[in-house]
Amino acid sequence: MSKYSRRQILLGGAAAGGALLVGYGVLSPSRQQIAQTAHGSDEEHFVTQWIRIGTDNKITIFVPHSEMGQGVHTSIPMMAAEELEADWETIEVVQAPGEKIFANGPLGQAYLLNGATVPSALKGMVNFSTFQIAEMMNLQITGGSTAVRFTGHHGMRTAGAAAREMLIMAAGQKWNVPLVELEAVNSKIVHKKSGKSATYGELATLAAQYTPSSTPPLKNNADFKIIGTSIPRVDIPSKVDGTAEYGIDAKVDGMVYAAVRQAPVFGGELVSVDKGDIPSRRGIIDVVELSDAVVVVADSYWRAQKAANDLEIEFTSGNFGDVSTASINAQFDVDIAANEGEADVEVGDIAASLAAADKTLDAIYRVPFLAHATMEPMNCTVAFHDEGTCEVWTGTQDVLGTRGFIAGLSGLDDDKVTVHPLMLGGGFGRRSAGSPNFLALSVLVAQKIGKPVKLVWSREEDIQHDYYRPSVTAHMRAAFDSEGNVTGWQNKYVRKDEPVEASHIPYDVPNQNIRFVESEVHVPYGPWRSVAHTQHTFFNESFADELAHAAGKDPYIFRRELLKDKPRHLAVLNKVAQMSKWDGPLEPGHARGIAIQDSFQSLVAEVVDVSLVDGKPRVHKVWAAVDPGYVVNPDGARAQVESGIIYGLTAALYGEITIEGGQVMQENFPDYEMIRMADAPAIEVAFVETPGAHPGGLGEPSTPPIAPAVANALFSLTGKRIRSLPIQNHDLLDSQQLASAAD
Amino acid sequence: MAITLKVNGESRELDIEPDMPLLWVLRDELGLTGTKFGCGVSACGACTVHINGQAVRTCMLPVSSAEGKDITTIEALSDEEKNLSALQQAWIDHQVPQCGYCQSGMLMAATALLSNNPNPTDADIDTAMTNVCRCGTYPRIRAAIRSVAVG
Repeated sequence: MSKYSRRQILLGGAAAGGALLVGYGVLSPSRQQIAQTAHGSDEEHFVTQWIRIGTDNKITIFVPHSEMGQGVHTSIPMMAAEELEADWETIEVVQAPGEKIFANGPLGQAYLLNGATVPSALKGMVNFSTFQIAEMMNLQITGGSTAVRFTGHHGMRTAGAAAREMLIMAAGQKWNVPLVELEAVNSKIVHKKSGKSATYGELATLAAQYTPSSTPPLKNNADFKIIGTSIPRVDIPSKVDGTAEYGIDAKVDGMVYAAVRQAPVFGGELVSVDKGDIPSRRGIIDVVELSDAVVVVADSYWRAQKAANDLEIEFTSGNFGDVSTASINAQFDVDIAANEGEADVEVGDIAASLAAADKTLDAIYRVPFLAHATMEPMNCTVAFHDEGTCEVWTGTQDVLGTRGFIAGLSGLDDDKVTVHPLMLGGGFGRRSAGSPNFLALSVLVAQKIGKPVKLVWSREEDIQHDYYRPSVTAHMRAAFDSEGNVTGWQNKYVRKDEPVEASHIPYDVPNQNIRFVESEVHVPYGPWRSVAHTQHTFFNESFADELAHAAGKDPYIFRRELLKDKPRHLAVLNKVAQMSKWDGPLEPGHARGIAIQDSFQSLVAEVVDVSLVDGKPRVHKVWAAVDPGYVVNPDGARAQVESGIIYGLTAALYGEITIEGGQVMQENFPDYEMIRMADAPAIEVAFVETPGAHPGGLGEPSTPPIAPAVANALFSLTGKRIRSLPIQNHDLLDSQQLASAAD
Repeated sequence: MAITLKVNGESRELDIEPDMPLLWVLRDELGLTGTKFGCGVSACGACTVHINGQAVRTCMLPVSSAEGKDITTIEALSDEEKNLSALQQAWIDHQVPQCGYCQSGMLMAATALLSNNPNPTDADIDTAMTNVCRCGTYPRIRAAIRSVAVG
């Protein structure tokens, strides 16, 4: 088993031992040299800045993504090891530290060249070195299902292949033989003619002198030895014996603890705080008043939290004391009706198709705000040192971005701030760079107290001060001709979020008009697992189901007909129908539903089997057919698909953050319910690979289809169309009784 | 106030308030951070440990009520030689954890389940395993428990 030492590089400062370090993508020798100076030695050489080979034959792979359970510290090194022809047993994995040399070039390139949104300041800079751009953007992001798609496919495979070339060149020089006669096999370079062989460790010092190629030849998928195997995840052993160290577990000399109460209404401000006897209680160090929060600092977390709970605090409601979920939904409906909006998609002539329609169908769909509710509440430990430096311990989806944010906030240069990336007890977008409120609070408190401070949010603060999956409303309309063909698809919605293509439909409908209207709300927005695909897939795949029923067609057959020119869509759709025996008999009182979505370059079709138990929907089984191009680690990939389904199912059945008086009404798991063991469905996953296709992401794409698949199944079962989430708000028993009465 | 606790077979004397929840005694006073804080209202089970062999949530449990009892945390689930328990090994074999934050609590709950009921039905597993996992590892947890169950 490969060794896993996430923190090794941080503990050593410059790592002990010596080697060869190889970087990737657009490779810059200086970058490799910088890495060598910082983290190499006479016995460990960087062959590109991502791969370090020790003279003891130990290979260290630096992963510029955070491990949050998605297996990235296994899948990314697998992709490098594949091209390097490395013996997996000799691989050690570390998370790349938050330093500019480890900015993620391939991810920057993806942002610039794959049509994704580029920060406006960087537009027009495509010709810049990708690495420079990545540095400027502080890109060390874990999100958008990017790791395997970009870092792995473009970066790590290139780095591994470049390193392999350098090792071959080193052997060629050492033995004075033509390079074509040399072969890389299992961490050795072999010269068959002479019978000579040398380990990578023996060649590391020599190989490090070469400049890595940015375009080394990559292997054909058919020749993969490591990619495509279910190598056990390197981070799992530490997660069964309590030794995995999360942000909340950070221990720092002289550390004190802090608990916070923030203004419950977003934008509210502190008016007054009655401290009572709290300053004189045991262990209390200070009660810090900020503009919109009060923080209690103590010698133990519990003493701080108990005191914070006991404070009498008055906050203002800012300008938002009258805002509620009802007022937000009403505002959305008014704004959609009153504004023309901007076009996402304009195909054909929607007005003509509606005017000529034999039949039209209208529906209003809504989804609520959602919190992330990571199992590990937000927390961050910050220490400012006398010599003008700052250290930070936290779980973050973006180590470099966190460093840049904290440097900016504290007025320090980036290189005076060190971020120690610890495990994430869940990310799902909450710990991405654009959602730093917990980091900011920790910095402010540490500055005021002058000691290292660990600030831990209560679950209530975590639920009530998230950056939420937005509440979104869509006004949908479709046109049918006299033969029952769908001739028009119209969708006008608030609000637009990334990815830009999330609102598009895959279906062959000749006239389409999909547009959006902006409608400001005061509730903070943040990316939530699968981002805008969550809302749009619920809207589009539920409405597509309505159209199928209106056309009198089986929902699977209906989709198949409208996807006839999309072979990858058809392949997953047909596969999931076959797996779930779509046409087969059902248990009495059960029904099936189907949905499909392509997101993050992976296609996922899902079928669910549901019934009502005591009037409540019960999802018994989920089948998922997934085409991610090619699969790097099948069992890890399956785990991601399972996870995305259950995350999405929690949202579909239970998930709802409501607003009253401008503030979030939910506080904790009792009123923000989660799927648990008893209501978790059995899940069967099949992968449909497309040879030659770019790999797609897998952390998110299984989430979007689950809500519409369940809602569609419940329509089949009860005759009741669910057009707003969560499903638990709908009374399904009555409609089922009505349906059975009508039978 | 002096409180004596027996944690993982060792007697520990502490000068703490009797109403400090056991979770924070374990984490902040004894440095046993394998037991996690998730909700503070005994709703998610991340803080589950064994008290006299039974699975107990500790984020609201006053430390005074655990005095004189045998407390076992995730750190002592493997034996003195650090050999994993059968369930811990099953967790690895089934690649159960994702983010892993809830898994200490899950393992403590599952271990107590099997010691009370070596051959649980699916319904028994549903009843005993009520902890929250946001990564949705439930199907793998069920499979891992079943692989260790007798029969």
